[in-house]
Amino acid sequence: MTGPSIECVQLTKNFGTFTALSRLDLKLEGAKCVGFLGPNGAGKTTALKMLTDMIFPSSGECFINGINVREERKKALAEAGVLIESPEIYPSLTPRQALEMVCDLRGVPPEHRRDRIEEVLSEVKMQDWVDKRFGKFSKGMKQRINIAAALVHDPGVVILDEPATGLDPRGMAEVRDIVRGLKRRNRLIFMSSHILQEVTDVCDEVALIDKGKLLFYDTLSNVTSKFADGAPTIDVGLSRPLGDEKVLKQVEGLTGVTSCVLLEPKRLRLKFKGGPTAQEQLLASLVELKIGVITLSEPESALEEIYLKQISKGD
Amino acid sequence: MSETEVETKPEPAGSHSHVPGSFQQILKLTRAQFQEYLSSRRFVILLGIVAMIGLIITVVIGAFHDRAFLQALVSSPLAFYGSFWGGAASFVIVLSAVFFGGDAIAGEFQNKTGYFLMGLPIRRTTIYVGKYIAALLASICVLIVFFLIILANGVYYFGGDALPWQFGPSLLLSIIYLVAVLSTTFLFSSLFKTSAYGFVLTAVLFIIGFSLLQDVVQSILDYQPWMVISYASSAIGGVFGTATDPCTGAVINTINWGLNGIYGIPGGPAARAGCPATGGPREALLSGPTWTPGIAEAVVIMVGYFVITSIVGLLSFEREEFA
Repeated sequence: MTGPSIECVQLTKNFGTFTALSRLDLKLEGAKCVGFLGPNGAGKTTALKMLTDMIFPSSGECFINGINVREERKKALAEAGVLIESPEIYPSLTPRQALEMVCDLRGVPPEHRRDRIEEVLSEVKMQDWVDKRFGKFSKGMKQRINIAAALVHDPGVVILDEPATGLDPRGMAEVRDIVRGLKRRNRLIFMSSHILQEVTDVCDEVALIDKGKLLFYDTLSNVTSKFADGAPTIDVGLSRPLGDEKVLKQVEGLTGVTSCVLLEPKRLRLKFKGGPTAQEQLLASLVELKIGVITLSEPESALEEIYLKQISKGD
Repeated sequence: MSETEVETKPEPAGSHSHVPGSFQQILKLTRAQFQEYLSSRRFVILLGIVAMIGLIITVVIGAFHDRAFLQALVSSPLAFYGSFWGGAASFVIVLSAVFFGGDAIAGEFQNKTGYFLMGLPIRRTTIYVGKYIAALLASICVLIVFFLIILANGVYYFGGDALPWQFGPSLLLSIIYLVAVLSTTFLFSSLFKTSAYGFVLTAVLFIIGFSLLQDVVQSILDYQPWMVISYASSAIGGVFGTATDPCTGAVINTINWGLNGIYGIPGGPAARAGCPATGGPREALLSGPTWTPGIAEAVVIMVGYFVITSIVGLLSFEREEFA
């Protein structure tokens, strides 16, 4: 059995004379999270809507797990969890009723239904609202239920269009946790987002589109090394403030490190030479220094820098 | 959310799910939609309107049944049910269809509820049919309420034994008419993405448009209005086999079961010939309908509307984009 996959082949969408998406070729395979980036009107939602058969391609095709979405919508979407455009749910329904309807239509067996509904409602922190009607819910609460509805059948492929829309900072952090959880369970997540920090935090790969065209698609580390002034960058989070200059010098002296800046007492930014192997060695050396390394992440600013650079190229 | 709350071991995705067939999905969607309709504000409002219509009829009959203008109508159970059920049921049907069908599809776009359904492994046709059946069931509930009000009046004046057998076919015809009207409102609703357009267009068409068209076709063009759906609705009262002669005011008991409509009043051209008021088309326009459909003819018109509008509506929704 092959892993989950999403594929767009020469996917094009014209609205009259306006080309919203032009010959998008994109193949995502295996368990990972792919961030779909681009400015407003770049064609992200258009691509995701074609992937879920909400709108139809002018030309080209798209596939979920190798199944043509246009030709076999039902089969293709059976294993996908979809959240597009923050949908509304019938106001007289309660979350339990709405999720039961989803389970009904997706064929989740009755004996698993109750557990799954409780599980996803707990994941999105809405278990206390299970029997209240949607009519009284805030935008953020509705979005949490939409996320729950996309996940209630435990899909192999998850397509999320700006899932953090309408959520408060805590809600956004919870969405990131949900996505991490899905990754651990070997799911393929394709997620559009405006929030670069979110993409940096949870995505393994990133695809950037602008004006309907794909600018690049690669792993986050390759993207940063390719497009950001040649030097890959990582941010190091520490459990305690870095003691003195001596320790900083030690870090600077590690193999491959070209620069080391103390951003905050508990946060370092390192630039280094080389690819993933060099990065692996560097991270091991950092841990060996016993300076209290607790997090390692691609800096948001690096992605932001690349994002802005690539978008402005097209202007 | 803590890290411990999520499963850490890989597991097969959706291993327990098996998407049901389209027929099963229609039933499930119908059930959910029907519950949604029953608990909606519009259902309560519609019930209120229908109860009001029933109350007005009850009060008018109670207060004026001994007056000349009502005497003929309450002279026999046939005349009573033919007039009050046959006359008002089609209005209740139109009202229900407009309330439940006018924005049924357009509302899915405007309110964005359609995006919730469209992310599921479900065919567009399934959504359309499921919503249609749910709207039909909700409309039937409303129609039953109106039926009970008329029945209560009839039983009060004529007793429970006097219920004419024609009520059965009339009820059946009213359901067929509802099926046709609702599929027509669904078609119009599927042409728009704004609820108000679908709602207003269907309301204007069914409350004024079709009646006006019927009058123009039969009275000005002097042609049988078989192509107008409202024309078929007179069979709901026509099956009681009574009609009031516009010349004499007499009640004529004739049922035309056939496929051909009758020009004039039931009883045919002979009856019309004896009526000095029936002159050219202009006079006819003032004096009301001049064609009465045969029962079979009315059924054919209703079924024809249902089939054509359902096919066009489904095709339209199949091509509709949730852009």
